Amino acid sequence: MSDATFDKFRSCAVEVLQVPEDKVVLEARFGDDLDADSLDLVELVMALEEAFDITVEESELEGIETVGQAYELISAKL
Amino acid sequence: MTARMPDSPDDSTTAAAGTRAPRVVLVTGGSRGIGLGCARRFLDLGDKVAVTYRTKPPDDLAGALAVPCDVTDPATVESAFAEVEKELGTVEVLVANAGVTKDTLLLRMNEQAWHEVLDTDLTGVYRTVRRAVGPMVRAHRGRIVLVSSVVAFLGSPGQVNYGAAKAGLVGLARSLAREVGSRGITVNVVAPGIVDTDMITALGEQRVEQLRSMVPLGRMSTPDEVAGAVAFLASDDAAYVTGAVLPVDGGLAMGM
Repeated sequence: MSDATFDKFRSCAVEVLQVPEDKVVLEARFGDDLDADSLDLVELVMALEEAFDITVEESELEGIETVGQAYELISAKL
Repeated sequence: MTARMPDSPDDSTTAAAGTRAPRVVLVTGGSRGIGLGCARRFLDLGDKVAVTYRTKPPDDLAGALAVPCDVTDPATVESAFAEVEKELGTVEVLVANAGVTKDTLLLRMNEQAWHEVLDTDLTGVYRTVRRAVGPMVRAHRGRIVLVSSVVAFLGSPGQVNYGAAKAGLVGLARSLAREVGSRGITVNVVAPGIVDTDMITALGEQRVEQLRSMVPLGRMSTPDEVAGAVAFLASDDAAYVTGAVLPVDGGLAMGM
């Protein structure tokens, strides 16, 4: 994976979820590890859409529980 | 997963009375009637006020920004918000007031009359609120007040469309209140009764008299009396009120 892309992804997560950078790792679970609620995730998706100039459909978000899964979804669109 | 503590008001919102920082307030349908009353009230409170208008800008509302917007057209909702954000800043208080009537008995009510009223009075509020809530979520603050109607609870012959839309606002408000409560954003509804506006006089003198006779307080309200309730729901005093329906109807629908 491209480090620059993940850095950008991570800075979105840090800003929106208000978590320390070192907690945003691929295996981190949004709910359990990053204390994110559903509205946080909506905010994060919107921030990622803006940062990467992409569109994410609601249906694509089903089953996304970890940072790694979300990063995969985003990077596949670039 | 640990529960997130809901936001409590920060110090900047609890300054001493009279020294509160002005908020950016947007009132849809603010060129006349209840919307105009609300706009004037917030101007008196020292807020930065914008109103949207569909047909013509208010001619008696010095100090407010007037922006064109037809809530049935998502593009104009976007452009109106963009202009308000550019001129005044992020909207902190939204009063979703724009509404229309197209009265006729159900047996004569065609699909167009149904859709026209639902599109403005319910879907228009969805469009407006949806645009407003993103920046509020990011800011962790915001007040949303929806202007419903006594008709939502009391019913009114000839207003099946209007009554359905205005009742729908209650469900919209309460669901949204649950979605955004953790961000310190409140969503409430006012339900005015008979208010001295163009919309009421259009009903005809006989119907207005009949309605007035049903009001315990025995009179119509002024738009300003509705504005007072809206201003309360937008105030710091109402910080712990959300998902509420506040009737401002002289007792017309009490208990419903």
